[in-house]
Amino acid sequence: MRLEPRADSPLSLQLIAPLGAIAAALALCAVLVAWTGAPVLRAYGLLIEGALGSRFALTETLTRATPLILTGLAAAVAFRAKLWNIGAEGQLYMGALTAVILGGGMIDLPAGLLVPLVMLAAMAVGGATLLGPAVLKVRFGVDEVVTTLLLNFVVLLLVSMLLEGPLKDPMGMGWPQSAPVISAAELPKLIARTRLHAGLAIAVGLAILLWLIDTRTIWGYENRAVGANPRAAAFAGMPVTWIMLRTALLSGGLAGLAGAAEVCGLKGYLTLDLSPGFGYSGIVVAMLAQLHPLGVVGAAVFIAAIFVGADAMSRAMPIPNYIADVMVSTSLLCMLVAGLLVRYRLRRG
Amino acid sequence: MDIVATLLDTLISAAFWTAVLRIATPYVLGTLGELICERAGVLNLGIEGIMTLGAMAGWMTVYQGGGLWAGVLAAAACGALFGLLHAALTVPLGLSQHVTGIGVTLLGTSLSSFVYRLVLPQASTPPTIVPFQPLPLPGALAQTPLTYSALALVGGIAYVLYRTPVGLAVRMVGENPAAAEAQGLNVTALRVGAVMAGSALMALAGSFLTLSAFNAFFFNMVNGRGWICIALVVFASWRPGKALVGALLFAVFDALQVRLQQASGGVLPYQVFLMMPYLLSILALVLVARRASYPHALMVPYRKGER
Repeated sequence: MRLEPRADSPLSLQLIAPLGAIAAALALCAVLVAWTGAPVLRAYGLLIEGALGSRFALTETLTRATPLILTGLAAAVAFRAKLWNIGAEGQLYMGALTAVILGGGMIDLPAGLLVPLVMLAAMAVGGATLLGPAVLKVRFGVDEVVTTLLLNFVVLLLVSMLLEGPLKDPMGMGWPQSAPVISAAELPKLIARTRLHAGLAIAVGLAILLWLIDTRTIWGYENRAVGANPRAAAFAGMPVTWIMLRTALLSGGLAGLAGAAEVCGLKGYLTLDLSPGFGYSGIVVAMLAQLHPLGVVGAAVFIAAIFVGADAMSRAMPIPNYIADVMVSTSLLCMLVAGLLVRYRLRRG
Repeated sequence: MDIVATLLDTLISAAFWTAVLRIATPYVLGTLGELICERAGVLNLGIEGIMTLGAMAGWMTVYQGGGLWAGVLAAAACGALFGLLHAALTVPLGLSQHVTGIGVTLLGTSLSSFVYRLVLPQASTPPTIVPFQPLPLPGALAQTPLTYSALALVGGIAYVLYRTPVGLAVRMVGENPAAAEAQGLNVTALRVGAVMAGSALMALAGSFLTLSAFNAFFFNMVNGRGWICIALVVFASWRPGKALVGALLFAVFDALQVRLQQASGGVLPYQVFLMMPYLLSILALVLVARRASYPHALMVPYRKGER
């Protein structure tokens, strides 16, 4: 058996690949569910019902998908340019930090001005967080995977320090949490009496915008060229260093926005458990979407459905809800294989 | 003057060096494991998850009534198995080593949490086991058997890599797989084998945490140690001896940071001290990046007949 590159991979195959990967991952995880002693089909039924079975469940899934779309886009734009940003988790917290500082009443502006200001500032800070590792990469050749991963721990300690120090809410009963943002900094709800907020509209809008930039502008063309072959891109006269840095700013900015949207749209304040690994799940989202901005939206909804559904399932059955994380990581590995089968065909001999 | 005196007192105390060797052990084992993988041309970002899995598997074996060495073996076996997973995807299939490694880490971490919660659904305080005891030796030599194993492995692995045909073959597939193939070596088998062996060592590093350094399993106990090991491999320019030096140096700083934290009496928030290891690793990477000589075929998948 050997792998032979396909001359062209049809669109149908590219759409089937993630679905096949998801099916394979769910089948593999069924072994774990069976191991817990729970009836597999009923457990999966509960999972689907818990994620999509009611209007409330649907809005919960979309609420959970909001930060995942943004961190998924963050990973997708970076990976396209072969900038391995594994630090979206840290950039997300930097954005959230910016949101509680600027939105905490320090600036008195009407909501129409304060919300955009907070969001843009969070993007700037998130982008700046990735700019450090990106500069180290292009200037000194330091591998950005390790630096971005290590910065995640530094950022979390910084947040912990601020939440126990200057940012600590005096009304917080001693818990390490920030004071809530003022109402002018809150993102409006999309549907009354649900948790769904305008962050979803922003995230989907950005996905469409990025898709347009990617396919219709020179920027997008340059990004893809640098990702495919940086030396050829440089030879063609493209400013490779600048393209890398602006990709870093954009990627970190998207992750930072995810944090600000979670604070201003959902939680209202900042704690150390704001993100249950949205930064890392974003990588899975981006890979399931094969780095396509519009695909990211669909993949994020799927990953969110697993998390929300697994919570419902583990409330009804003695299955630890960590099964969701196992399913998500298995999906990533299955997707890598499926992606290979899109690009190559198996040949005998 | 006061600080200098305290520093000197610390540096000549046996307790300090006992701590240094204890802190260094998981870094030594993890760095050696990553080093073997990278020497064969495969970056293994699964290290963080494999360490977590090793910590959980080792602890769980002992908690279920197995012996301590059975725990160590179970951890190594789990590590080798996850190494096989990483290698199967990255070597014959040639998938992105970055993304596969992240996937292996996510799977190892989540599977550890899942199994631990499944076995202990309502454990609010983590149950404990009786860990390895330090050998009855004087001063800083009073270490557990795993620390001595780690130190012995440094010499053993250096010997295998530089003085045996197998070591030469592993280094060769990491430098020039086509040339290795031309010599009649099986590139795929060598790379898969190296990744499995390296991953077993990573899991040992994790099991040291639950079977020697502490006596319980916590969800986030590996806490970035795996990523620091990856930085240490670069710092050590892919040589086992230098890896030991790097891990010890790092442990000295880490042990000092804890003592400074106690001595500073809350002048600075404790988080500032906890950030040091991570920032130090980044600094180390920046310092050596210019003259780092990566194995030439690192992260380059090899397919027979493809150029």
